[in-house]
Amino acid sequence: MADSQTLAAKLKERFSDTLTSCVVDKAEVTIEVLATDITDVCMVLRNDPEFRFEVLMDLCGVDYSAYGFTEWETDIATDTGFTRGVIKESENTFQNNKNPDKPRFAVVYHLLSITNNQRLRVRAYPQSSDFPIIDSVHSIWNGVDWFEREAFDLYGIVFEGHPDLRRILSDYGFIGHPFRKDYPLTGHVEMRYDAEKRRVIYQPVSIEPRVLVPRVIRKDHRYESGQAGEEPTDA
Amino acid sequence: MPELRNMTLNFGPQHPAAHGVLRLILEMNGEVIERADPHIGLLHRATEKLAESKPYNQSIGYMDRLDYVSMMCNEHSYVLAIEKLLGVDVPIRAQYIRVMFDEITRILNHLLWIGAHALDVGAMTMFLYAFREREDLMDVYEAVSGARLHATYYRPGGVNRDLPDSMPRFETTKWRSEKETVRLNGNRGGSMLDFLEDFTNRFPVYVDEYETLLTDNRIWKQRTVGIGVVSPERAMQLGFSGPMLRGSGIEWDLRKKQPYEVYDQMDFDIPVGTNGDSYDRYLVRMEEMRQSNRIIRQCIDWLRVNPGPVLLQDNKITPPRREAMKGNMESLIHHFKHFTEGYCIPEGEAYVGIEHPKGEFGIYMISDGANKPYRLKIRAPGFAHLASLDEMVRGHMLADVVTVIGTQDIVFGEIDR
Repeated sequence: MADSQTLAAKLKERFSDTLTSCVVDKAEVTIEVLATDITDVCMVLRNDPEFRFEVLMDLCGVDYSAYGFTEWETDIATDTGFTRGVIKESENTFQNNKNPDKPRFAVVYHLLSITNNQRLRVRAYPQSSDFPIIDSVHSIWNGVDWFEREAFDLYGIVFEGHPDLRRILSDYGFIGHPFRKDYPLTGHVEMRYDAEKRRVIYQPVSIEPRVLVPRVIRKDHRYESGQAGEEPTDA
Repeated sequence: MPELRNMTLNFGPQHPAAHGVLRLILEMNGEVIERADPHIGLLHRATEKLAESKPYNQSIGYMDRLDYVSMMCNEHSYVLAIEKLLGVDVPIRAQYIRVMFDEITRILNHLLWIGAHALDVGAMTMFLYAFREREDLMDVYEAVSGARLHATYYRPGGVNRDLPDSMPRFETTKWRSEKETVRLNGNRGGSMLDFLEDFTNRFPVYVDEYETLLTDNRIWKQRTVGIGVVSPERAMQLGFSGPMLRGSGIEWDLRKKQPYEVYDQMDFDIPVGTNGDSYDRYLVRMEEMRQSNRIIRQCIDWLRVNPGPVLLQDNKITPPRREAMKGNMESLIHHFKHFTEGYCIPEGEAYVGIEHPKGEFGIYMISDGANKPYRLKIRAPGFAHLASLDEMVRGHMLADVVTVIGTQDIVFGEIDR
């Protein structure tokens, strides 16, 4: 596989004024661009012989609104049962909790170049957290069709210019975007067969949401100095 | 003369040739497909969201249930992503075991594929033969993990346990005579590796048998040659991978190009097609089975002479040994922590793609430093392949839709996730 540092250097040179970040971590190159630049950057990434990313392997949405939230206090110790449990914060769902300057949602593209045998991750943050919208890359890679439909279905990210943006994985007539962090794991409705009405009906969920293992973030001295692998390099 | 209109046909979701729960809306002009609109999601279980609510190790079992005919390959990608984020190395013996089981899984997958594909196209015999061989390989799965399908055998840091010294044997019952038992136990006298070696000796002959049934079969060729042709340019444009890409003539195999585990030590070839039709993809997969057989042989030879640990001994990631847990306070605490809270993974993100029997199976994992993944994205190869169904069947007959579904090797566990 081609060297990731070389690729990062080439990317910085070619997109000197469009990249907002370029990181090499664990031999993976990640670039971040503005949502408005995404189609221009992708077009160059596919066509330029130095990059030649012919295949879009994956596209997915990410919701950063609950990043770093925990359900269990680890800095203090008590001798009385469950007092270390903390209530999940729910007010801040409309911002990016990893990087407050950025919008809440991100779209992550994983590109593969068969010619040059290299991979690249591109991340763009659609502006506006209530109505995330970004240009579709369908005209650059036709195979992105269903991946964009999936990100729309699960996260509500709208891809402008997509030929047929419909729900794909969820049920016909489904309401909401289930992979958003403020959407409960149990969902809102459940379905059962009603013997009296002799048909399948929807009703509000009867199961209580519960946490079997709380989400915990522990400070670990082994990972304190940078990452486990090589040191990340910022642009 | 009555006005002629296009007809809309609903195919599935409960159709034996739909390989699960595919619902296809077909717009037909007579018997010719004008447009195909696959409706998926009937098997959607939100695996990615479930994984966000569980400690890392508790989701390994979910991975088996994605592509439920190539179980261990799914696990492999998942544990590799965790290992990459943790930055740990796996014992060499575990790497060989994983490679061996990946190839066993590839044969299992391709056997089911050839059985189901040939059955759809009209050859009943293949199905029976393919399942006869699958039985032996599933016994190997069972010997090593206790389960015939959903193994949950791989662990971050290695595999759950070493290969067993003996194969389970059949017993005489009211329904199974003494003579029959002796026959069934014929190759089960030695270790699991002996049993597997016996299988690898027999298997190339079986593949030749399949080829005599199909490769020059007139009906088989009429049904597959020139059906669902994809040019190399379109294959890349549509995000194809694995045999679908190689069938179109692009020599791309992650085991060679971006080797993981010990694939760089292995001697094997990559078959490549020329025309990009269903027949070429059939030939590619048949040859892949022979090559997988070769890799298994090499792994068996290595594993016989190189004993050693199969799981990383780091109590922060893997559980302590059972004996230690019973008598040592420190180990008891580690054991308790491992199976309740799990382990925290340093903040970061990683993408790992492996050469899954169906194509590139990728896991994209984001960790915020917690004991559960912050975001887990499963890149299923079949998802990209099925998305191109419309393009592949346009202009073909209704019966060819079934061939194209078969040649894409569709499994809904991974597409709907």
